[in-house]
Amino acid sequence: MAESKLLSVEGLRLTVARSRLEVVKGISFDVAPGEIVGIVGESGSGKTLAARAIMALEPPAISRTAGTIRFDGQELTQLSPSDLRRLRGARIGMVFQEPMTSLNPSMLIGRQLDEGLALHRKLSAEERQTLVLDMLRRVGIRDPEGALVSYPHQFSGGMRQRIMLASVMLLQPALLVADEPTTALDAVVQRDVLELMVELTRARGTAVLMISHDLSMVARYTDRIIVMCKGEIVEEGKTQDLLRQPKHPYTQKLLAAMPRRLPAREIPPTATPIVEVRELVVDYHGRQGFFRKEAGKRALHGIDLFIKPREVVALVGGSGSGKTTLGRAIAGLLNPSGGDIRYAGRSIAPPRSEGWTDYRFNCQMVFQDPYSSLDPRMTIGALVREALRQVPSMSARDKAERVHEVLREVGLSKDYEDRFPHELSGGQRQRVAIARAVVRRPAFVIADEPVSALDVTVRAQVLDLFADLQQRHGFSCLFISHDLGVVEQVADRVIVMQDGHIVEEGSRDAIFDRPQHPYTRQLLSAIPALETTASGGVRLKWRLDAERVAHSSVVA
Amino acid sequence: MRLPAPNAILGGTIIGVLLVCALFGAVWTPFDPLKINFAARLQPPGPVYWLGTDEFGRDVLSRLMAAAATSVWISLLTVTTAVTAGTAVGVLTGYFRGWTDRILMAFNDALLAFPGILLALGLLAVIGANKYGIILALGLAYTPSVARVVRGTVLSLREREFVEASRVMGNPEAFTMARHILPNCVAPLTVLATSMFGWVLLSESALSFLGLGVPPPAPTWGNMLASSRSFIAQAVWLGIFPGLCISLTLLGINLLGDALRDKLDPRMRGV
Repeated sequence: MAESKLLSVEGLRLTVARSRLEVVKGISFDVAPGEIVGIVGESGSGKTLAARAIMALEPPAISRTAGTIRFDGQELTQLSPSDLRRLRGARIGMVFQEPMTSLNPSMLIGRQLDEGLALHRKLSAEERQTLVLDMLRRVGIRDPEGALVSYPHQFSGGMRQRIMLASVMLLQPALLVADEPTTALDAVVQRDVLELMVELTRARGTAVLMISHDLSMVARYTDRIIVMCKGEIVEEGKTQDLLRQPKHPYTQKLLAAMPRRLPAREIPPTATPIVEVRELVVDYHGRQGFFRKEAGKRALHGIDLFIKPREVVALVGGSGSGKTTLGRAIAGLLNPSGGDIRYAGRSIAPPRSEGWTDYRFNCQMVFQDPYSSLDPRMTIGALVREALRQVPSMSARDKAERVHEVLREVGLSKDYEDRFPHELSGGQRQRVAIARAVVRRPAFVIADEPVSALDVTVRAQVLDLFADLQQRHGFSCLFISHDLGVVEQVADRVIVMQDGHIVEEGSRDAIFDRPQHPYTRQLLSAIPALETTASGGVRLKWRLDAERVAHSSVVA
Repeated sequence: MRLPAPNAILGGTIIGVLLVCALFGAVWTPFDPLKINFAARLQPPGPVYWLGTDEFGRDVLSRLMAAAATSVWISLLTVTTAVTAGTAVGVLTGYFRGWTDRILMAFNDALLAFPGILLALGLLAVIGANKYGIILALGLAYTPSVARVVRGTVLSLREREFVEASRVMGNPEAFTMARHILPNCVAPLTVLATSMFGWVLLSESALSFLGLGVPPPAPTWGNMLASSRSFIAQAVWLGIFPGLCISLTLLGINLLGDALRDKLDPRMRGV
């Protein structure tokens, strides 16, 4: 049986050299030829380090203390650096997370693709050129000849990741290591790139080791899944079996943390909207110099929307759809070029008018990145208390009490008050950010991607907390997200945006079950969903299967 | 609590000794730094005059101590002037952007194009060479670099979400600047201010060396170095000791500056 394995890792241990902290604790796994294996785990689980160690690409601060890595009958740990180099690229390919930085920005695409071929194969320049052009065509680049003499910045993120994939697959490696290959991409683009990757590797019989934090994505494309937690493999098995009957508590926790739809809530249909946006237009003006003025860009083309009391409205769309701009405009962080925002029946313009002051008092925001939304020089207590600064009717004592109360509500004990943000984990920081937003008891909260920077299990906890607070204090919420799974869990109503326009709007169930607009369908079909079965396990659910065929634009 | 780094101790010691000497030198020196004694002209270092005497028979140690007081005082005031003016310009232009930013920064860049010492020389020619003239001239000469550094820091800070969060809370602009922007500029400002202390000391010495500093007979390290030039063959100690004072002080300041930055940034504190 040993001969049927392409890669076989045994007892791999990785240690941080300086602190002797073990980050990968003796893991063993193997990959058969042509098999697609996923490694799933949260940040800090050691999944990326383990994958990098296969090609001896672990960062210098980390050293391998034990273990063997056999690849195609060769012991990789015994190889000299030059032998290893011959293997990298030619036999083991690697695709990295960030398409913006994994291609050399100052090198023509053609040269970059040619580089590997010239290094590992004895072919003439013409033969190499033909191969490169074939591959570019195969990954769906429209004008391969033109692409050869273009630079990476002339392509979008998705196209770059295709080019990256092309450069790796050109050499027809036996194993492809893909480290979060599509995390930086939009849902729709993500699906296209992944489908392309699976298709290319299937055709060439290349085995794939796919590393990801996204269980539903891995479940969709892999044959087998390895679950890692804190440097150890906690569970391993065929994708379907593992989903259906997760044995290890951690796997069960991961699966339970997947967002799921809850029964729809009742929002009185007659309630008057608390926030209304009419004909909102936002322009970004171009660069202005002393002598020239560049053309600007219209980010929002006349948006109309309303939010009722206690209602959670989700704003979804790909990057560049204008959802974040709309959120910032509604928060009053940028000046619209046209249109009106009304709160409780009064316009919030101009700044410092009565309507504005009232709105400022009642509208709060939770930002995406908990690492940047908290002032690093202030303690947690001071950060939350600051939100109460503008409240004239509260005494210092009341304020202190309110801060205690709110921190308790978000699950942070009293001794967190004197700590600094950098002493807290990402999830804890986001709890502080939420505490700061709700401490004033606002009537309206704008949440801009509040959980997209968090790990799966932490995300579930923060979402629960948010729903709980929303239930208790009854604020309305504009929830901006690209993650449809999360939206399905929290939203009462969904607004879909594309290129600065609202393309579809409706109740959550209507949007998710009966999408009308093609873009909504495309978005929905791009994300796989997991569905709980009666036995407590989970099954992969395909949304809108019929759509898939129409959108597999990739030429075989 | 971990021990401070060795270079922080070294830098701190050097600066500590300098400050003690400066304070001490302002009140008491072994001999009168201005008293001329032709009987004891150009004495080499010995038991009576520890660091020797100069061409007028004045005690070099006494003069160095008195000079330290002058130099530290001038440098401190100059750095304070430059940091205050530069921070004000930097924070305002960086936070509000727009036309004021463009005009002020164009002017700032023009000033930056001059070497600081040249600018100070020009200003001194107008203001006149005295202690406060030097402070004003050097202060103005060093303001543009502070403004640049602060503006750059503010530009990146104002895009951070915690500044937006402050706006969403309804805080006035002035409060946001004072509470969130300024404190986060402290770390780069400290490093800049400490190294600037060194440059100012050096510039002040250079100005004195050129004869545009504090007028004689009051001693500064720069004018002591300048007057030692003619006697370099007979009395080498006249040049060595002021030179050593300048170099050691600069070393101490740089070591201390780095250590201070590590200390002031809460993210660098051990968790």
